[in-house]
Amino acid sequence: MMPHVLADSATMVRRQVQHMRRAPSLTLQVMALPVVFLLLFVYVLGGTLGNGLTAGAGGRAEYVNYVVPGILLMAVAAVATGTAVSVSLDMTTGIVTRFKTMAIGRVSVLTGHVVGALVQTFLAVAVVVAVALAVGFRPAAGVLEWLATAGVVGLVTFALTWLSVALGLAAKSVDSASNLPMPLTILPFLGSGVVPAESMPAGLRWFAEHQPFTPIIETLRGLLLGTGTGGSGGAAVAWSAGLALAGYLWARRLYNR
Amino acid sequence: MTTNQIRPAIVVRGLRKSYGAKVVLDGVDLTVAEGAIFALLGPNGAGKTTLVRILSTLVRADGGEAWVGGHDVAREPGAVRATIGVTGQFSAVDSMLTGEDNLRLMADLHHLGRRAGRRRAAELLKRFDLAEDGGTIAAAYSGGMLRRLDLAMTLAGHPRIIFLDEPTTGLDPRSRRGLWQIIRELVAGGVTILLTTQYLDEADQLADRIALLDQGRLVAEGTPGELKRRVPGGHVRLRFAGPAELGRAARALAPASPDEEALTLQVPHDGTVHALRALLARLDDASVEVAELTVHTPDLDDAFLALTGVAR
Repeated sequence: MMPHVLADSATMVRRQVQHMRRAPSLTLQVMALPVVFLLLFVYVLGGTLGNGLTAGAGGRAEYVNYVVPGILLMAVAAVATGTAVSVSLDMTTGIVTRFKTMAIGRVSVLTGHVVGALVQTFLAVAVVVAVALAVGFRPAAGVLEWLATAGVVGLVTFALTWLSVALGLAAKSVDSASNLPMPLTILPFLGSGVVPAESMPAGLRWFAEHQPFTPIIETLRGLLLGTGTGGSGGAAVAWSAGLALAGYLWARRLYNR
Repeated sequence: MTTNQIRPAIVVRGLRKSYGAKVVLDGVDLTVAEGAIFALLGPNGAGKTTLVRILSTLVRADGGEAWVGGHDVAREPGAVRATIGVTGQFSAVDSMLTGEDNLRLMADLHHLGRRAGRRRAAELLKRFDLAEDGGTIAAAYSGGMLRRLDLAMTLAGHPRIIFLDEPTTGLDPRSRRGLWQIIRELVAGGVTILLTTQYLDEADQLADRIALLDQGRLVAEGTPGELKRRVPGGHVRLRFAGPAELGRAARALAPASPDEEALTLQVPHDGTVHALRALLARLDDASVEVAELTVHTPDLDDAFLALTGVAR
C-alpha cells in the first residue's frame, strides 16, 4: 500500500483542484479578504500609523512596506479558515466514508486538502503582492530573498493548514469549523503585524513578542525589506515545524477515529 | 447446503458491538457462500448497518470475529478493503464532481491507469444508463441516478464482495426494479453480495438466503421458501351475510376463529391455489354462501411476530 500513498495523494489533490474550479466563489472570497485588509490599512490607517513608525515622518509610503508581511500572514490565515470549512464539509458527505472502505493511502484525503490550500495560498499571496506593489510597496529583496520569502510562506502555510485540517475534523458542524480558526486571523494583530510590539502596553507586548506569528512576520519583513532577519528566522522555522507536526498528528488521529 | 461447503466469502462468529449501554449486535453468527446474494432483513435499529460497518472495516467490533474474502477484518483491514465494494445508505458520491469525474476518481484510486480508467468510466456510465449525464455535476442528479452512480463507483475496482446497505430505500418502484436487475446481473458475474433491507419482497426477489436480524440477534436464517414456511401469518378472511352462515362455515372449517360481531371467519392458509380450492370445496359441500373473501399472505410484520415471539 505504501507506494500508492503518493499516487493517491496526487489523485486527491486533483479532486481539490476540480472542487476549486467548480466552486470558485470560496477561493475568490479567501483571496479578497487580505486585499481588503491591505487597502483598509494602507489608505484608511496608513497615513497616521506610518507617522508613528519613525517619529512623525514615515507616512503612508513607509507604512505600506511595514504592513505587507502582516497582510501576507492574514492571507495564509484566511485560506486556512477556508480549508477548515471545506474539510468539515467533506466529512459530512458520504464520499469520505467510501474512501475509508477503499485500499488507499489513509491520509491522502487530508493531504489533498493541504496541497490544495498551498496552491490557494500562493495564488492569494501573489495577488496581495501584486496589489501591494500597485499601492506603493517597495521591497528591497533580491532573487534569493524572494525565494526565501516563498519558502517561509510555504512552511507557515503547511503548518497552519495541518492545524486547520485538524480543526475542521474536530468541529461538530460546518459553522463551528468556520469559527474555530478565528484566532489565526486575529493573531497577526496581536503581534507585530500592523504596529510594532514595542508600542503596546506591557502585558500585551509580552504576548506579542512571544507568540509564533511575530517571529514569522519579522522574518518576512527582514527578507522583503532587506533589513535582516535577526534571530527571528530560527524561531519562525521552529514554530512552523512544531505547529505542522502537532497539526498533522492531531488531524491523523481525528481522521482515523 | 452444498454451497456452504465451497470457500465462504464472509464468515461472522459471535460478533458483538455496543454503543454505551445500548447493545447493537449481541453475538451474531453467519456464513455467506461465494457467489451468493445474502439478505440481512430487519427493522430500523436491528443492527444491520452496524454489521455492514464492521465488515467493511469502518467500525471495530467489541467481541467476536469476522473474515471477509478470507481476511480478518480486525487484523487485516487493508486486505479486506482491497476485496470489497461498499454502497451505504447515504449517497457516497462527490456531489461537486460530474458523474464521469466521480468514476475516474475511483479508477485512479484503484490505480487502473489513465487510459484504462477512462475506458472503465465510460463503460460504467453506459451500463448504468448515465452515458448522457456523464458530464453533469452529480449535485444535479435525481435520487435514482445518484444510486446508480453510487453503485457504479462501488464497481469501478471490480470488487469480489459487495456490501449494499439498504440500496433501494427512498427509490420509486421503477428505479427500485432497475436496481434489482443490476444486482442480479452482478451475481451472474460471480461476485458475492451482502444486502441489507427492510423489505421482505426485496429479500424475496433477490436473495439466495435471508437472515432475520432483530435487536442485535439473528432470529432466523434460511432460503426465502424456508422462512415463509415458518411464518404462519397467512390466512383467508371470509365474511358472511348472517350468523347462521357463519356458524355453519365455522363448523365446516374447524378449527377456525369466528368473529360474531363482524360476521367474519379467519382461517389459517398457506396462500396456495390448491389449498384455496380445497377450502372453497368444503364451503360448497356445507352449502354456505360467502359474501366476501380476502387472502392475506405473510408479510414482514407476520415474519417478525412469528419469529421474534413476545420479545417485541
